[in-house]
Amino acid sequence: MTSATVSPHKMTRKEAKQKGYRYSEKNPWGSPLVYFFALILVAVCILPVLYIIIGGFRSNSQITTSPSGMPNPWEITNYISVLQAPTFWVEMGNSLIVSIFVMLGTVALGLMVSFVIARYPFKLNGAMYTLFSAGLMFPITVAITPLYLLLRNLGLINSLPGLILPEIAFALPQTIIILVPFLKAIPNELEEAAALDGCSRLGFFWRMVIPLAMPGVATTGILAFVNSWNNYMLPLFMLNDDSKFTLPLGVQMFSSQYAVDTAKVLAFTSMSMIPAILCFSIFQKQIVGGLTGAVKG
Amino acid sequence: MEMSVAGKDAGKATSGRRQKKKLVPDKWRKGFEITVLSAPAIIIFLAFVILPVVMAAYYGFFQWKGYGSPSVNGKFAGFQNYITILQDPQFQQAVWHNGFVVVMSLVVQGPLAIIFALLINVKMKGRALIRTLIFVPYVVSEVIVGTGWSLLLQSKGAVNDLLSKIGLKGADWIADPKIAIWTLLFVISWKYLGFAVILMLAGMQSIPEELYEAARVDGASFWQQQWKITLPLLGPTIRLWAFLSIIGSLQLFDLVYIIWGQYVSATAGTSTMATYMVLEGRGAGNYGYGSAVAVILFIISLVIAMVYQKFVLNRDLEGAITDEKSEKKRARKEAKAAAKAAKAEQAEGSAVAARSAQ
Repeated sequence: MTSATVSPHKMTRKEAKQKGYRYSEKNPWGSPLVYFFALILVAVCILPVLYIIIGGFRSNSQITTSPSGMPNPWEITNYISVLQAPTFWVEMGNSLIVSIFVMLGTVALGLMVSFVIARYPFKLNGAMYTLFSAGLMFPITVAITPLYLLLRNLGLINSLPGLILPEIAFALPQTIIILVPFLKAIPNELEEAAALDGCSRLGFFWRMVIPLAMPGVATTGILAFVNSWNNYMLPLFMLNDDSKFTLPLGVQMFSSQYAVDTAKVLAFTSMSMIPAILCFSIFQKQIVGGLTGAVKG
Repeated sequence: MEMSVAGKDAGKATSGRRQKKKLVPDKWRKGFEITVLSAPAIIIFLAFVILPVVMAAYYGFFQWKGYGSPSVNGKFAGFQNYITILQDPQFQQAVWHNGFVVVMSLVVQGPLAIIFALLINVKMKGRALIRTLIFVPYVVSEVIVGTGWSLLLQSKGAVNDLLSKIGLKGADWIADPKIAIWTLLFVISWKYLGFAVILMLAGMQSIPEELYEAARVDGASFWQQQWKITLPLLGPTIRLWAFLSIIGSLQLFDLVYIIWGQYVSATAGTSTMATYMVLEGRGAGNYGYGSAVAVILFIISLVIAMVYQKFVLNRDLEGAITDEKSEKKRARKEAKAAAKAAKAEQAEGSAVAARSAQ
């Protein structure tokens, strides 16, 4: 945030040199004001999250006497006790297992079926594409009750595969819709050249398509990971054994168990958002870039 | 086709007979590859996405506690579940709350998102950082958003504390039934505004810069440029965002369930169709009844989505309406619309995906 506040001066100077007329004459809203609004927007978005993180460094008595104050002194005992709690690590582990398998499964299955839809000329690929894109109209809210019964019959209740399989299924439509255009864009000449060099279709898929589709693969993989990491409704229905809880359920259970220990709840909550935020900030260019492409296309 | 394959094999195959023989296995091989590559995805998708929705339609006709099979252990009830649901004042309230969220999300988030996107669409340093930061609420899970805001907004929470410091009297934001739905709207807007801004920014960046240059040459002011160029050309993005927002608002579940809990949402006036479904369905052990609620929710979403696609989104897909409106053409259009809507989902992931998953 500091860099956002510092940068305007640099930029105004630079911009003013290059095309000063644009900002001084033609644009009634000078650029400092733009930064001011950007700052407000950023503050509104970030402050509540910062409140959670910083609140974790306060003690309960600090929070009670001054709910909106800053830590004084800073206490790290809350974070330490969360890091020492076995439940936190169990839930973190469960969340990681589920999210990583969902990411891998979604990308693998999505790539395979997208390859068929995009590159095999046969009668049903249009129908297959329609089937998956129609899946977007089948949200998990509608399916959740029968899904619970189905998984109970399959003996998958209270197990991590019982989360992974449906999450892959619900992630497939958007994955396929993102990947098919990517795979279609690979020039036919490449496939022909590969065939001339004795590469089979599957060899082509493995050696050419996967590397070339990496940007799309990354976008879909990250989205699948973050969505799975944050998923609440499915674990809520499928899990009732504490040892299988994922972090969203853990946060909720923790905040009702330790309702009086607000500081600890805040610390637990902050710790639980780290992986999703990390994953997103490392790859945000991919996601926003993919989004820009989608709007253009 | 035959020629090219034959040509490819010509080097190895010496006789015509042998070429014919190789042709058939190649066709089989292709079929085999198609099956192996697409079967896992299709099976998992049919089993966990399509089948449950079909099952919901079936279960919805039974009074059934979820054990055994509905036809044996339950009682066939015809449309009784549906009649009961539609006559239940609790459900009617939930529909009303959903409607409120649908409309107000559009009214509140749309203009705000466009204005903010306009303001930060100017070339400036730190834009990448700003984009990342305003996307944070969207990436943070509903549980964290719900937990954080319910602590902030509780009657002795930080928000009321801040208000009292500047001499204002706070309110019981969460429990007061007169305020609660506005609180819900506020938290939703906070969580999803960043997504809307990013979407609008992406749309704005695809508008060619030459248009603005031409307008500037003709002496158009900044706001004239936005009004005459940006807004009209942003139309497709706005319509797409609105579609995603509507569908997400109809499916709203997580935030309400986390902030207001299982039972309080109805008395606080924030219940939605999805929380009603969970409470009366699984919560009460009435799986048939819950399934019927799911079917109603699905039909409402589907009808709204189809009407929206027909009258609003289609404008983006085909400029002129031709006389030739065969079923096939319409189907193709709808598929395209779905695809288009779907593309935007990548951001959502959620999220719409996230939002539709609610």
